[in-house]
Amino acid sequence: MTAVVTATGLSKRYKSSQALDGATFQIGSGRIVGLIGPNGAGKTTALKAILGLTTFEGELNVLGLDPRKDRDKLMEQVCFIADVAVLPRWIRVKDAVDFVANTHPRFNRAKCDAFLARTKLQPQQKVKQLSKGMIVQLHLALVMSIDARLLVLDEPTLGLDILYRKQFYQSLLEDYFDEDKTILVTTHQVEEIEHILTDLMFIRDGKIVLDTDMDSLGERFAEVLVGAEFAHAARELKPLDERQVFGKSIFLFDNVSRPELERLGEVRRPSIGDLFVATMKGTYA
Amino acid sequence: MKTFYWLVKREFWEHKGGFFWAPVIAGIVFLVLNGMGIILGEILGREHWGGLKFGSDVHFQNNMSVQDLQNAGAGIDIMLYAVAAIILGITAIVVFFYCLGALYDDRRDRSILFWKSLPLSDTSTVLSKLASAAIVAPVIALVVGVIVGLAMMILLAIAASMHGVSVWSLLIEAHPIRVVLHLIALIPLYAIWALPTLGWLLLCSAWSKSKPFLWAIALPVGSGVIVSWFGLMGLADLSSNWYWKNVVGRMLGGLVPGGWAGNSTMTVFPGHNDPVALLDSLDLAFHYSAMGSPSLWIGAAAGAVMIAGAIWFRRWRDES
Repeated sequence: MTAVVTATGLSKRYKSSQALDGATFQIGSGRIVGLIGPNGAGKTTALKAILGLTTFEGELNVLGLDPRKDRDKLMEQVCFIADVAVLPRWIRVKDAVDFVANTHPRFNRAKCDAFLARTKLQPQQKVKQLSKGMIVQLHLALVMSIDARLLVLDEPTLGLDILYRKQFYQSLLEDYFDEDKTILVTTHQVEEIEHILTDLMFIRDGKIVLDTDMDSLGERFAEVLVGAEFAHAARELKPLDERQVFGKSIFLFDNVSRPELERLGEVRRPSIGDLFVATMKGTYA
Repeated sequence: MKTFYWLVKREFWEHKGGFFWAPVIAGIVFLVLNGMGIILGEILGREHWGGLKFGSDVHFQNNMSVQDLQNAGAGIDIMLYAVAAIILGITAIVVFFYCLGALYDDRRDRSILFWKSLPLSDTSTVLSKLASAAIVAPVIALVVGVIVGLAMMILLAIAASMHGVSVWSLLIEAHPIRVVLHLIALIPLYAIWALPTLGWLLLCSAWSKSKPFLWAIALPVGSGVIVSWFGLMGLADLSSNWYWKNVVGRMLGGLVPGGWAGNSTMTVFPGHNDPVALLDSLDLAFHYSAMGSPSLWIGAAAGAVMIAGAIWFRRWRDES
């Protein structure tokens, strides 16, 4: 696989905190990568570093460019949606399309018009007259019409209702994503993106604590529903986490052989949410 | 170049109210007030003095000499300049606040993240805002100003014709197009002269975390107060007047129309009651003689440095 982003020892210190602490990771072409972490773990700082919006220490290569030096060039290939509230409130829908069409060399106007035709957006409307969901429709229409190689999404569906949230990811998958494109997304609503991710990264205290693709995730981690009689034996295998449901215990294991686990009870693939909670235990303590 | 055009267009979209409607409305208000004044004069004049009479030195006769016609034309031209200067003054206030917000407002509402998601360099972004402030807004103001001046002339001509004095023939003696060209030719000088103010305001706008207005005013004025204080104390050999005029004044007052006049040299000295000579004395050569003063260039250089600073902050200011 060709790497779209290669980060080595990424560090960034703000006055009061270490936002990134030697984060090292690689993002391949044609992947959809979820960067998941608790508040203040360094997600946004990592994205800002990739987008050339902040200074940092360490090595970072995005599409063969250094985002600190070649930001203007980089942004022809990279797009991002920071969150839903960032479109300027004074701009009209038609002016926004005109502006991007005339300043972005990889923008496809026909595509954008087709996306907008599927919404209730009117060309004369100003962004401040739009609902949050409609703003994100506009933003998404603009971004999906740009033939970028890397799309960065930072909490793109924050504050949207479930209809818009579903539609957002569905459009991305159906109308945008292909093997030449890469999507990097952070969100707290992990269950929503669980089924679309190809890769998963957990970040904690500025370090990447888990970096895996979704296939090996299922092989490596397992959740076992264990009756009270085997609970002790299960604890012997050093589970990551244990919780109680209806008098039974659910254990989460990392790298324990399947047959061994199957003897204890019903084995299933853990949800990203549960894995996240188990991995981040004690973060806010 | 195309990108730069669209960047400037974006500024115009966002600030149409300030760049276009503010001078237009100011012009309309100006005309309405003058119209009301004329009507008031008519009514009061009729009640108290039995009708307005023109003074003896006003002689709009059919047999005016060439000299008189030229003077009348020059007088109207001077009025056009004056009205344009008033409208430009309104735009100067708009531009002052525009610059303070230009690199700050989008950081505050986070829409900077949208602009930064496009392949636009920070240099062209800042320069497009500078061009809007230094060229686009003044050109609009001057064109509107001359149109308002012409409307004002027509208003006066109507008032005069109600008294049986026909001055319509005099309007032909004015040179509105020459006035517009002349004023537009002054815009480069206006922009260069305003550079330290524009640069300072843009720098504050790009740099300050909050309240750019307060910083932009407080730092120069505060420094001026300190200089004056040392001056009073006799501790340093600083002339505080010089500092207020050349540092504080240039940082905050560069947008005042004709601010450079103190640095220009007259080549023609007008006599009294001689509008043609007065107009000639204020020709382009007079204005552009300010280009010979070091103050103008030192200010412009300082402005350029501050604009470079604004670009740097625009690129690297990290809000978090």
